[in-house]
Amino acid sequence: MTTGSGSPAANAVAELRDITRVYRMGAHEVRALDGFSFTFQKGEYWSIMGSSGSGKSTLLNLLGCIDRATSGSYRVRGEEVEGLDDDQLSDLRSREIGFVFQSYNLIPQLDVLENILVPLFYQDDPPDDGEERARILAERVGLGSRLGHKPMELSGGQQQRVAIARALVNDPAIVLADEATGNLDSKTALEILALFDELHAEGKTILLVTHEPKVGERAERTLLLRDGKIDTVSENRQGLAAIGTVR
Amino acid sequence: MKQATLFGTIRLGVRSLMLHKLRSILTTLGVLFGVSSVIAMLAIGEGASEEAQQQIRKLGSRNVILRSVKPAEDLVRGAETSRISSYGLTDFDFQRVAETFPGVLRTVPVRQLQQEVRLNERALNPRVLGTVPEYVDVTGRPLSEGRFISVEDQLGFTNVCVLGYEVARFLSPFESSIGKRIKIGADYFTCVGVLLPRVPLGSDQPQPGADVTGEVFLPLETARRWFGDIQVKIRSGSREMEEVQLHEIIAEADSDESVPPIAAAAREMLARQHNQQDYEVVVPLEQLLRAQAVKRIFTIVLSSIAAISLLVGGIGIMNVMLATVTERTREIGIRRALGAKKRHIVTQFLVETVVLSIGGGLLGIALGLLIPIGIEYWAGMPTIVTPTAPILAFLISAGIGIVFGLYPAWRAANMDPVEALRHE
Repeated sequence: MTTGSGSPAANAVAELRDITRVYRMGAHEVRALDGFSFTFQKGEYWSIMGSSGSGKSTLLNLLGCIDRATSGSYRVRGEEVEGLDDDQLSDLRSREIGFVFQSYNLIPQLDVLENILVPLFYQDDPPDDGEERARILAERVGLGSRLGHKPMELSGGQQQRVAIARALVNDPAIVLADEATGNLDSKTALEILALFDELHAEGKTILLVTHEPKVGERAERTLLLRDGKIDTVSENRQGLAAIGTVR
Repeated sequence: MKQATLFGTIRLGVRSLMLHKLRSILTTLGVLFGVSSVIAMLAIGEGASEEAQQQIRKLGSRNVILRSVKPAEDLVRGAETSRISSYGLTDFDFQRVAETFPGVLRTVPVRQLQQEVRLNERALNPRVLGTVPEYVDVTGRPLSEGRFISVEDQLGFTNVCVLGYEVARFLSPFESSIGKRIKIGADYFTCVGVLLPRVPLGSDQPQPGADVTGEVFLPLETARRWFGDIQVKIRSGSREMEEVQLHEIIAEADSDESVPPIAAAAREMLARQHNQQDYEVVVPLEQLLRAQAVKRIFTIVLSSIAAISLLVGGIGIMNVMLATVTERTREIGIRRALGAKKRHIVTQFLVETVVLSIGGGLLGIALGLLIPIGIEYWAGMPTIVTPTAPILAFLISAGIGIVFGLYPAWRAANMDPVEALRHE
């Protein structure tokens, strides 16, 4: 089952074809993803949902190129991921992937500006205007005055904003948010979700993995997984509506 | 743009280390003490051997000394039939050495007499040596005052003597001995010079009782004329007579290279000419070489001990880095997810280890340079810090960082990013 928005292939940022991921646990095998095929288009805002064990974490790891499929094909902006070696995969991550984690995962010894710059630090050919870009992004997420602060000196919401700026600094093909609001109180969570809405409005491709229906509904569309396969694909009125209501 | 440059990585490494200051300092201590003990041990070893070598050099490293040795009693030629035991080096030996040995610059004969030396009521029994003017030059003994035996003394059989420092001090403690009439045996000799004290091996101070072991020098021919070749020794109630022509022949070589052939030739000649073992050949250069070999062993042993302490320091670093890697598993996962290649992770942790070990190394060099100064001051032991020691220690500490940092760094780099990110 191949679904998408129906846009031309040139707009595809992540194409998964017949992806299977098998984990071996002693004698028996677990098929976390089983013949999964899907295409995410540029500028889309998806939430990926499902109960635990549905395969959403596996999908996230594969999309983020930190895990490899047992079989199948995955293309990021047309670049085939299967067959890349560890270094090439790392380079691909530093260019095309933006990660936002549940527990922010900032590097404690680096300040805000340096944390935002980390993905560029590891690029083979980093852009010349990286620092300028990082400053603009820090401003964009509302932390322009805190560039010299260490993560420990920031609140959870502020840390997650830094993490979002970091996920955008390399102008990635996809921003992967893994339970990005899971550690935040509801008010801060709404602020972060509002930020995602804004980014979506700016044309970023965002994939939000969550198990909270209220968070999942904020996205434009929802992909519901069950047993490593697509269960339902739905459009969210609320998500679409939100685009118009932010600020 | 900040890329993964080496300088940037070092700066970041230092900052990571500063997050755990106490731990980093304690880890550094291991290398610090290792490196400083390497430098200190080398300095002590170097100092001790240099001292020994200097002492041997004072004996004259270019000299080959042939000495008469009294053979075991029953082997003495004619011991049953005659009460005169005759042994030792001969004038003929001296001529052979002086005239036929290649590479011999100067040859000095020495006769030793047993005579009482007296000035007024002060008397003692020093070594009375009959020798030639070259003696002081060849043995390198400086004069305190006056002059040594001259060629004129030698040719004119003059009754002059030169006193050793201790003898002069004993006979005439309050005024110069020059010009004094010294009674040696039954005759009087005019004192013309006093030598500086011979520095006894192992200390700069003349040993207690050194007075009685002092020396008095006479012209060789004068000594022969007055005292003859036969010595009478009075020993525990019995009289014993010895006939020894020369007690010592000192041959000075023209270069260090000539010393071994001269020594070999002397041994060969003596073995041929003497039908008993009534001689010995002493080669200070051989002793010097032996001292150098001992020094080498000494240095190796000391360095091994120091190396073990360095090894312990290295293991300490590795231990801490392994703990650090485990502790920072999540950070490694984050960095990998954000695009860090394996080599970036290896570099990061290796740099941290090398910073630790070099930091410890530099402090260790500072301490290692202070320890020898302290040892010299408090223990009075000579120490020599060679310029290579700190350089060597620095390279070793950097090497330790790399060797003991490689495994933890390799472990960090080979973590599965997914697993690492899940690590709490």
